[in-house]
Amino acid sequence: MEKPRNERAWLLVLPVCLIVAFSAILPLMTVVNYSVQDIVSPEQRVFVGWEWFKDILRDPELQAAFVRQLVFSATVLAIELPLGLSIALCMPRSGWRASLITVLVGMPLLIPWNVVGTIWQVFARTDIGLGGAALHGLGLDYNYASHSLDAWLTVVAMDVWHWTPLVVLLCYGGLRAIPEAYYRAAAIDGASRWATFRHIELPKLTGVLTIGVLLRFMDSFVIYTEPFVLTGGGPGNSTTFLSQHLSTMAVGQFDLGRAAAFSLVYFLMILVVCYVFYNLMTRGERDDLAKPEGKV
Amino acid sequence: MIRKGWLALFLLLTFLPLYWMVNMSLRTNEEILAGFHLLPNRPSLANYRVIFTEESWYRGYLNSLTYVAINTLLSVAVALPAAYAFSRFRFLGSRHLFFWLLTNRMSPPAVFLLPFLELYSSVSLFDTPWAVALAHTLFNVPLAVWVLEGFMSAIPREIDETAYLDGYSFPRFFVRIFLPLVRTGVGVTAFFCFMFSWAELLFARTLTAVDAKPIAATMTRTVSAAGMDWGVLAAAGVLTLVPGALVIWFVRNYIAKGFALGRV
Amino acid sequence: MARIELKGLGHRYAGADEDALRPTDLVCEHGETYALLGPSGCGKTTLLNAISGLIEPTSGRIRFDGIDVTERATRERNVAQVFQFPIIYDTMSVFDNLAFPLRNRGLAAAAVERRVREIAVFLDLEADLARRARRLSAGAKQRVSLGRGLVREDVAAILLDEPLTVVDGQSKGNLRRKLREVHSKLRPTVVYVTHDQSEALTVADRVVVMNAGRIVQVGTPRELFENPAHTFVARFIGNPGMNLVACELEDGRARVGGWHLDLPAGLAAAVPNGQPLTLGVRPERARLSRTEVRGAPRTKVTRVEDFGRHHIVSVRLAEVLFKVKLDDGPVPAIGDTSWLTLPPANVRLFAAEHAVS
Repeated sequence: MEKPRNERAWLLVLPVCLIVAFSAILPLMTVVNYSVQDIVSPEQRVFVGWEWFKDILRDPELQAAFVRQLVFSATVLAIELPLGLSIALCMPRSGWRASLITVLVGMPLLIPWNVVGTIWQVFARTDIGLGGAALHGLGLDYNYASHSLDAWLTVVAMDVWHWTPLVVLLCYGGLRAIPEAYYRAAAIDGASRWATFRHIELPKLTGVLTIGVLLRFMDSFVIYTEPFVLTGGGPGNSTTFLSQHLSTMAVGQFDLGRAAAFSLVYFLMILVVCYVFYNLMTRGERDDLAKPEGKV
Repeated sequence: MIRKGWLALFLLLTFLPLYWMVNMSLRTNEEILAGFHLLPNRPSLANYRVIFTEESWYRGYLNSLTYVAINTLLSVAVALPAAYAFSRFRFLGSRHLFFWLLTNRMSPPAVFLLPFLELYSSVSLFDTPWAVALAHTLFNVPLAVWVLEGFMSAIPREIDETAYLDGYSFPRFFVRIFLPLVRTGVGVTAFFCFMFSWAELLFARTLTAVDAKPIAATMTRTVSAAGMDWGVLAAAGVLTLVPGALVIWFVRNYIAKGFALGRV
Repeated sequence: MARIELKGLGHRYAGADEDALRPTDLVCEHGETYALLGPSGCGKTTLLNAISGLIEPTSGRIRFDGIDVTERATRERNVAQVFQFPIIYDTMSVFDNLAFPLRNRGLAAAAVERRVREIAVFLDLEADLARRARRLSAGAKQRVSLGRGLVREDVAAILLDEPLTVVDGQSKGNLRRKLREVHSKLRPTVVYVTHDQSEALTVADRVVVMNAGRIVQVGTPRELFENPAHTFVARFIGNPGMNLVACELEDGRARVGGWHLDLPAGLAAAVPNGQPLTLGVRPERARLSRTEVRGAPRTKVTRVEDFGRHHIVSVRLAEVLFKVKLDDGPVPAIGDTSWLTLPPANVRLFAAEHAVS
C-alpha cells in the first residue's frame, strides 16, 4: 500500500531523533575525534591520522580475538538456529499449555546477563555445581577455569542456554502466523508431515529465520557480559572476544586513540551486516507490492 | 510423542541451572562448601534475609528497577509518535532515518563505553539512574520504534481517515482511538524494552558508582574475606528473576504475536 | 465422483453454547453441483469442512457412495478443496503445484506429466507452468488451487469455500466461466459455499439455503424462486426479495388492509387454523395499472428506483410497502395512484413462516 507524503511528519519523529542523537551522535563524534589522535594526557594530544587504524589492523592480538569471535559466532549460530526451530515445531499451537510453555521457554531471556554468567559460573564448577559435578562423575577431566577447550564449551553451552529461547519464540511466532488453511490444503493434497514442513512451514519461516540469523550473529558478535563473568576471558585469553578486548583497551588501559580506532572498525563491521539485514527485510515488503505476472 | 519428549527435555535443561541457583540460595555458605547435595539439607532463608535487610543489597534492586522504569516509559513515549509517522507517511529521508535507527540497535555497546562515561560525567548525570536510563535509550528507542511500527502498520488507514472526518484532532485521535487499538503492541514493546534494560550490565555498571549502583554491579563484587559469598549471590540472582517472570507472565498471550513480526 | 450422503450431521465447536450446525440430512447426487447459500454464521462452512474431514462432526454420519467415511482422515477421503484465499505452495512452480497431490500419492513421473498438462490446458495455465506460483494474480492462483483438485482422477468431490472472495473484476468473470466449464465437461460432484445468491443461482444445479445452522430448503434455483418453503427463503432469494405482508383468511380469499386478494385454487383450504398468515408475491410478478382495475387494491407510489434496465417501484398497500419490478413500459411518478394486480397463480401463503401448499 502506498504511503502519502507528509513532511510535517518530521515533528512526530523529532523526539526520537533528539534522544538518539544525544545518545549516539555525540559519543560517536568523540570516538571519531579520538581515533585520529594520540592522547597521552588531556593536554597532550597529537594528530596522527590513519596511524591507529593501521596499527590495529596489524595487531596480532586483535586478529586473534577477531578469529575467536568469528568461530564463536559461527558455532552458536549453527547450534541455536536448528535447535530453536525444532523446539518451536514441538510447541503446542494454542490453549493454556501454549501460554505456559511460552513463559517457561522465555525465562532465560529475562535474566540479567551478569546473573546468567554467575549461574553458569556456579553450575559448571566441579565442586559446588550440578553440571560440573555431573561431568566429573562421568569420569571426565573437566575444568573450565584451567582448560581452554572446557572454557570454550562452557561459554558456548551458556550462550545456547541463554539465547536459543529467542530463536524459539521467533520461530513460534512465525509458525502461529501461518493461516490454518495452508495445513488443511496440505492434508487434502496428501502431504506427509515432512512435506508439509518443507513446502509450507519452512518457506513461510524464511522471514523470521533471516531475522534470527542476523540478530544472533550481531548480538553474539558484540557479546561482553556473560563470558566476562563466567571466565573473565580466560584461561589466558582463550575466551576473550572482541568486546572485552575493546573494553580493556578503552577503560582498562585507557588507550583512548587505539580504542577509538578499533571502535570505528568494529562499528563498521556491524554496519555492513546491518545493511544486509535491512535490505533483506525490506525486500520482502517490496516483493508484496510487485505486480502479478501472467494471464489474469 | 517424540515432540513432547524433546520439548520436555529442553525445558528440563533450561530449568536445571535455575534450579541449581535456587538450591544454592537456600543453603548457607558453610553447607555449600561442606559437600555436594542435590537438595538442601537444612533449607534456610538466611541469604534472603541478608538481601532484604542490608541496604547495599536492596538498594541495588531499587536502583535497577528505577532506571528500567524510566527507560521503558521514556522509550515507549518517544517511540509512539515516531512509529506512527513511519507507518503512515513517507517524508524526506524516512528510509535513511529508519535505517540509522536500526544501526543504533545493533551497535557494539563497548564502542560507546568511554564516550558515554565522558558525556554523562560532563552533564553531571553520572551515578544517577538517569544516566543508565538514557544510555539504554540508544538501543531501546530504535527497538521500540521498530516494533511499534510493525503493529501500527497492521491497523488500516481508514480508521485514521474516519476519525478525522468525524472531527477528531490528531492528539485526541491518537489517545482516544489509535492507542487502544495498538495496546497489544505497546505491551510487547514495553516487554522488549524491559527485557533489554533489566538484563544489561555494561552500561549499568560503568555509568554508576555508589548512589545509583544497580543490583548487577552489587552482585559482581560479592567477595568477602571469607571468600565468595555463594549463598547470598545465589539468592540475589534468584530475586533478579522475579521481575522478569512477572513481566513475561503479563504479556504471555501477546508474545507470540510480537515475535511473529520478527522485530526483536 | 461420489454421491455424498449426510445423515444427522451436526457440529458444535468446543466451548460454544449452541450448535454451529444442527443435525441435518442431505444428499448430493453424483455429478451435480450444490450451492450452500446463506448469511454468515449459518453453518455452511462448517458443513463443508465436515464433508472434507477438516472437522470431526460431533454427531451424524457421512457416506461417500455408500461407504461410511466419518472416521476417515481428510487424506483418505480423496476430496479437493478450494479456499477463500488462494492457497498455493509459494516455493514451487505452477507445474509442481499441480503435480504435488499426484506425487504424494506415488504416481509415476510420466503419468504425472501427462495429467498435469491436461489439466493445465483445461484451466488456461499452460503458459504459466514454468512460472513461480506466487507471482500469479489472485484469479490465476485460484485456478491453480482448483487444478490441484481436478488433477486427481479419482477425486470424490470438489468443495469450494467462497472461492471468488479475493478475486475481482475480469478475473472473477473468467473464473466463473471456468467453473461452469468444469461443471459441464467434467461433471464432478461439487459443493460450493457462498453468501452471494447470484453466484449460487448461476453456478448450481441445486441450491441448499441455510440459516442459523439449519437447512431451510433444497431445490433448483427455479423452485426456490417460485416456491420458497419458508419466508426466509422468500426474502433471501431474489433481488429484491419477495414482498411479504401479514394477512387474514376471509371467505377463501386473503385480506390485506381493506382489500381482498384472490388465491390460487385450493390453497385456502390447506391453511392450518390459528396461525399467523403471511402473503407473498415476487416484485417480478406484481403489476401496476394506471387505470382502475376492479377489485384491485388502490395504492400510492412512494418511491421509484431506476436501475437502468429495470425500475423498482414501491407502492404503499395498507401499512406495508410493496415493491414492483418493471422491466419496460411506462413508469409511474412518485405520488401517482396506481392499481396493484397480483395474479393469483403467483400468490403464496405462509403460515407461521412455512409455506402452505
